[in-house]
Amino acid sequence: MSTQIPLRDLAHARSGDKGNRSNLSVFAYDPAHYDVLRQQLTPELLKEKFGGVLRGPITRYELPNLHGLNFVMDQALEGGVNESLNLDGHGKSWSAMVLGLEIIMEKTTD
Amino acid sequence: MDTQNTFRIGTGAGFSSDRLEPALDLLRHGRLDAMVFECVGERTLAFGHRDRRGDPNKGYNPLLERRMRAVLPLAHAAGTRIVTNMGVANPTAAAQHTVKIARELGLKGLKVAAVTGDEVNHLIGPDTHLLEPNCKLSETGREMLAANAYLGIDAILPAIEAGADVIITGRVADPSLFLAPLAHHFGWGLKDWSTLGAGTAVGHLMECGAQVTGGYFADPGHKEVPNLAYVGFPLAEVQADGSATITKLQDSGGLVSQRTVKEQLLYEVHDPSAYLTPDVTADFTQIGLADDGQDRVHVTSAKGGQRPDQLKVTIAFDGGLLAEAEISYAGPGAADRARMAGAIVVERMDNLHNSNGPARIDLIGVSALHASAVDYPDTAQDVRLRCAMRASSREEAEVLLWEVEALLCCGPSAGGGYRGHITPSVMTYSALVDRADVKPALEILTV
Repeated sequence: MSTQIPLRDLAHARSGDKGNRSNLSVFAYDPAHYDVLRQQLTPELLKEKFGGVLRGPITRYELPNLHGLNFVMDQALEGGVNESLNLDGHGKSWSAMVLGLEIIMEKTTD
Repeated sequence: MDTQNTFRIGTGAGFSSDRLEPALDLLRHGRLDAMVFECVGERTLAFGHRDRRGDPNKGYNPLLERRMRAVLPLAHAAGTRIVTNMGVANPTAAAQHTVKIARELGLKGLKVAAVTGDEVNHLIGPDTHLLEPNCKLSETGREMLAANAYLGIDAILPAIEAGADVIITGRVADPSLFLAPLAHHFGWGLKDWSTLGAGTAVGHLMECGAQVTGGYFADPGHKEVPNLAYVGFPLAEVQADGSATITKLQDSGGLVSQRTVKEQLLYEVHDPSAYLTPDVTADFTQIGLADDGQDRVHVTSAKGGQRPDQLKVTIAFDGGLLAEAEISYAGPGAADRARMAGAIVVERMDNLHNSNGPARIDLIGVSALHASAVDYPDTAQDVRLRCAMRASSREEAEVLLWEVEALLCCGPSAGGGYRGHITPSVMTYSALVDRADVKPALEILTV
């Protein structure tokens, strides 16, 4: 049996900008969920779900000591803070956008 | 912990418009050796150049006057050194103005340093390679306004050695503002990479102020933060090996936890094993976090390697004018009416005014910040239409504002609350220059 759980229930996140590049860090609340996040929260998934704004290559760095993942996303800010016509030119809200994803969890029966 | 040799450093501002009261509380009660006001970003540096173009005595942080007036007497009384990049595009004018304020406050003998040399227009030319558009500068077709290199601790240390009480810089790497007083106090060498890496981690955690003490963190029902209205600014108790405890004043609002520290540790970081500053290539991958009492997190084991041979430069260009106009629709069918209004503006701009814009139509409440990426359910009944474009002339910008305002009579029913703004804008791109070509300079003024 598996169930879908909002990423927001499993992890916290923050996004930041440099030029037209955005970075997004995601941390498991419970270290036991780090591996599930690592398996499912891939650059490919982010491109598939949010490719409309995450337009360039995405690199993912793993930080097992912090139970976190850091995504570095090129051409992800519609031009960057001084150029974008988006109200959120920093992409500050990208973290909240990604926390809207669902994660598939195997149900334990105990 | 060796409290005898603990350096206590606080953050007074984590961005250009940051709050002032938490900084004053920290100065009064934090027993600080140094306090850093970090006030420059790509956006605010560009604004600084815009301001200096209008008035050669401006271009520094617009809040400098209010901050210095409140901060200088407290810092003087507590023996706390102030380090800040509030000079933005004009550190010399900022230092002169600070001296004027100090004189009015009667702070005789105060030494104020201006650190300059970050402006490197002479190193940039038409053939300069721009990193992100990945092209030559001349290919942008834009007028360069200014180029600023990120300076490091080697630019700030001479000011500390000269005994400056207040050090005002322009563009300096944010963590360097913290690392310089630490390196001076503990006698860290400019090639002591591992310790500089640890100190850079401390600086990075501190540089955004409340972002490590519970600011920018709360998400009701998921991440609770006590008393966020009175969030305290951070204080680091730093040891000689670069390890530190991140904390805040006990009676301030907010929260210091491993979670707040983790979020800030990776904020605006790319490769966590190679966080580049002018001082060091810092490595955060081995970092250890441990609880050390209420609102206290102990940070260890950040490392570092050799500093880069090149310095990053932010180049500002004239970005023309940003025109934005908004009008609201509420009640049943609000989204449909807002959408219709947007389509009408596009039609009139295209066909009647032969304009390039508006380049962006947002339905605030339905689809705005995430419009390019996500389709959220369309159930909103209170929607604000936003039309935005870049214009090369004021006339072109005014046409957009006019057409959105005209929706009041010539658009869908029940639209109201029109607002329009035209803002001069500056764009920035990045390049690299050789470190040896950048010459930091120092000027000391005594009150």
